Amino acid sequence: MHVHSKDDIFRMLSVIPDPEIPVVNIYEMGMLRDVVLDDTGYEVILTPTYTGCPAMGMIEADILATLAHNGVKGARVKMVMDPAWTTDWMSGVAKDKLRTYGIAPPLHSSCNNDVFGHNIIKCPRCQSDDTVMLSRFGATACKALYQCNDCKEPFEYFKCH
Amino acid sequence: MNQQEAMFKYCLRLGDNALIRSYRLSEWCSNAPILEEDLALTNFALDMIGRAQALLGYAGQIEGKGRTDDDLAYRRGERSFYNVLLTELPNQDFAYTMARELYLSAFEYFYYSGLAGSKDATLAAIAAKTLKEIKYHLSHATDWVLRLGDGTAESHAKMQTAVDDLWPYASELFESDAVDAAMISAIGAPDPAALKDSWMKHVSAILKEATLDVPTTMYTHTGGRNGIHSENLGHILAEMQFLPHAYPDAKW
Repeated sequence: MHVHSKDDIFRMLSVIPDPEIPVVNIYEMGMLRDVVLDDTGYEVILTPTYTGCPAMGMIEADILATLAHNGVKGARVKMVMDPAWTTDWMSGVAKDKLRTYGIAPPLHSSCNNDVFGHNIIKCPRCQSDDTVMLSRFGATACKALYQCNDCKEPFEYFKCH
Repeated sequence: MNQQEAMFKYCLRLGDNALIRSYRLSEWCSNAPILEEDLALTNFALDMIGRAQALLGYAGQIEGKGRTDDDLAYRRGERSFYNVLLTELPNQDFAYTMARELYLSAFEYFYYSGLAGSKDATLAAIAAKTLKEIKYHLSHATDWVLRLGDGTAESHAKMQTAVDDLWPYASELFESDAVDAAMISAIGAPDPAALKDSWMKHVSAILKEATLDVPTTMYTHTGGRNGIHSENLGHILAEMQFLPHAYPDAKW
């Protein structure tokens, strides 16, 4: 009764970029959790990065529009909070893309135990270890602002969460 | 009060605390002492809106009358809001805001840690998610209270005044009534009264490290959890609910 397989749906949705960081898509970010094929159609399971992330409304709209464009009928989005999103779900590919884009990717989430511990955040531009935090928050809740003491460039760090 | 009514009020209390605090935090937007604080406080406001959305949405489901999170935020009168008074007090200066954030975040750290282990799957999930953010809020407020308390003579005096003035409002956090009792037995929710010692120990240690005196007053301002508010909430709602009142079915 389902025209499209779960893999088909994942493939269609994997092109949707994160509205705030367009170099990575919602699957690589770990926000797209699952697709459930049931009696009424296709339920896309989505989880927010932060509870108040303002991009979620846009991502939901993008998902429905993308599926409609691909001729998928009976699609809906379900937001789940359990298990809570963690930066551990970000793929290695996503972390490389972030670095290339100029955002230092998160270290392992174990550093979350000490929210702003003395971790070494490498400069994504010159790879220097000599960096300093300027602000715990940047343009979005998920990032902090750093500056490199060697190349002097400011950069964003995607915090462990 | 049956089980469903208790659960509804319980979710409203948690949701309203987040919503009204979010409103106060948002007021710092473009007014914070430095740019980094503008970013931090508005980010926290966003965390609170997300939390309020989740909790008020769930409250609507429990009530079962088709009310959404927006209906509950925008179409409820002052007497039907159940936030604690501490969340609705004006921001005043930065020291007051940091004292409030310290008191609330320290309480929430203990409260939501307990709620994350409750038997209600939805509340446990919201709590586990929000606990990650509370750690940021608590660490931020702690840093500032230390910095201002153990700072210049002026910052010390301002921080001490804020800590003293808000202290009688903190006690409301530890009130435990029939709604709490119902939730403790039904879903294993934490008992606010039981958290007072941990909170006192944690907050006192921070105040002492900040070279501040720990207030000793026993006076308690109370009422918010039952809809009896200070004059401040009416002003907040008048502004927050203006648009849905003037244009009831307005859509983006």
